[in-house]
Amino acid sequence: MVVVDSLSKRFGRLQVLKDVSATFEAGKVTAVVGPNAAGKSTLMKSILGLVIPDGGTVTIDGMPTLGNPASRARVGYMPQEPRFPDNLRVSELFDFVQDLRGEHPSGLDALIDEFELRPHLAKPLRVLSGGTRQKASAVLTFLFDPNVLLLDEPSAGLDPVASSRLKDRILDERDSGATVILTSHVMSELEELADEVLFLLEGTVRFRGTIQSIRDRTGENRLERAVAHLMTNGVAA
Amino acid sequence: MNTTLKVMRFAFFDLVRSRWMIVYTLFFLLTTAGLLYFGDDPSQAALSSLNLVLLIIPLVALMLAMNYFYYTRDFVQLILTQPVSRVSVFVGQFAGVALPLAGAFALGSGIPFAVHAFSNPVRSGLVVTLLGAGVLISLVFAALAFWIGIANDERSRALGIALGLWLGLSIVYDALMLFFVVAAQAYPIDRAMIGLSVLNPIDLSRILVLMQLDTAALMGYTGAVFRTFLGTALGTTLSIAALLTWIAVPVVLGLRTFRRKNF
Repeated sequence: MVVVDSLSKRFGRLQVLKDVSATFEAGKVTAVVGPNAAGKSTLMKSILGLVIPDGGTVTIDGMPTLGNPASRARVGYMPQEPRFPDNLRVSELFDFVQDLRGEHPSGLDALIDEFELRPHLAKPLRVLSGGTRQKASAVLTFLFDPNVLLLDEPSAGLDPVASSRLKDRILDERDSGATVILTSHVMSELEELADEVLFLLEGTVRFRGTIQSIRDRTGENRLERAVAHLMTNGVAA
Repeated sequence: MNTTLKVMRFAFFDLVRSRWMIVYTLFFLLTTAGLLYFGDDPSQAALSSLNLVLLIIPLVALMLAMNYFYYTRDFVQLILTQPVSRVSVFVGQFAGVALPLAGAFALGSGIPFAVHAFSNPVRSGLVVTLLGAGVLISLVFAALAFWIGIANDERSRALGIALGLWLGLSIVYDALMLFFVVAAQAYPIDRAMIGLSVLNPIDLSRILVLMQLDTAALMGYTGAVFRTFLGTALGTTLSIAALLTWIAVPVVLGLRTFRRKNF
């Protein structure tokens, strides 16, 4: 379980997060939706500790995250655009992260096959396509038996095979009790995965509920229309 | 601690394999060997080498360390998503960059002197001080480069600051100092000169080496002041302590900024 309590963050003059509080429950997929620049990625990065919030707290499974790297031990993070050192090979990347953590999980080979990375293991990360890089990022995300998954537009750039395998993985992890926090602009993906939706607009939580409740509230039957409705007309509508 | 070593080892081998480090080592190897071969006095060679060291090391240490810092920014971000503390990542990165830089100089300059010492008399105290001063100044400027890099997201801006710093400390500072000496020649300014030298790490390393020579008085005003006022032992201790402070302060400031940085 991830608890975010009155989190705020400002970048220069831009207030990206304003007093955001939310509880993300274990065994559920919570989708964070909102227009571009609503603060979704910043929220993810604040949970992870990559962004240091100006105020508020984050706890992961009861552990406060600030100044406590151990709280990240069971967090898998898939960034929007994974960026790796250019000259490192895919296999060297996996080796380094395993060495850094001092963990050598037995599931690595299976994950490499699942995301069809075996032909790319000896290639430098710089020559990989965006989608293949995303697959490498997926392997690292799921490798260390995560309890919490932070997935920032995870399927962007993935081919249909990898994308559906990723979704299966996410649902498997959820069913075995992981807390999954996901952002996506692909509505079909949300319908497939999300148990709950957190709607973020201009750095504040405007709405929270199931997908059905968004439909009911907006009177739009298709989710994409319903979310667009929320974005343009606000929650009151 | 463990994480620090792993990050350090990675950065260390990454850098050691790079073409620039090899060129840098060879540069010192060839120039030092040349100075020893063509000159007739190893002390003379050490002094010529000193001038080269004081000009080249600060520039190269700033540029290479800063370049590496920006080059590995994505990688640092990846490391920070793992359960590791920011302090150990920073210290590991810094040590992994600063040690190859210092080592390249120590090896490149040390080997020719060591080889020369087999067949000729070499003042080992002088050579060791020269190598020590070069190592310290490498660490000082690597630390400054990291601090500047962390505090500036924009690479071109950081590069500008670094170049300005190098020009300021290696050229402008001495000119101002000379101007001050001339302008204030009617007053006793010896102590003020000691204070002013401590503010410039390049001057400090020069003094450190010159104090090893009997001719220190002839080699520059501040060297003479250090020697007459403090004596060689106290002067050496003081300048080493000041150089260590010059390493510690940017490391601590850089670490402070790094801990609060958003990735």
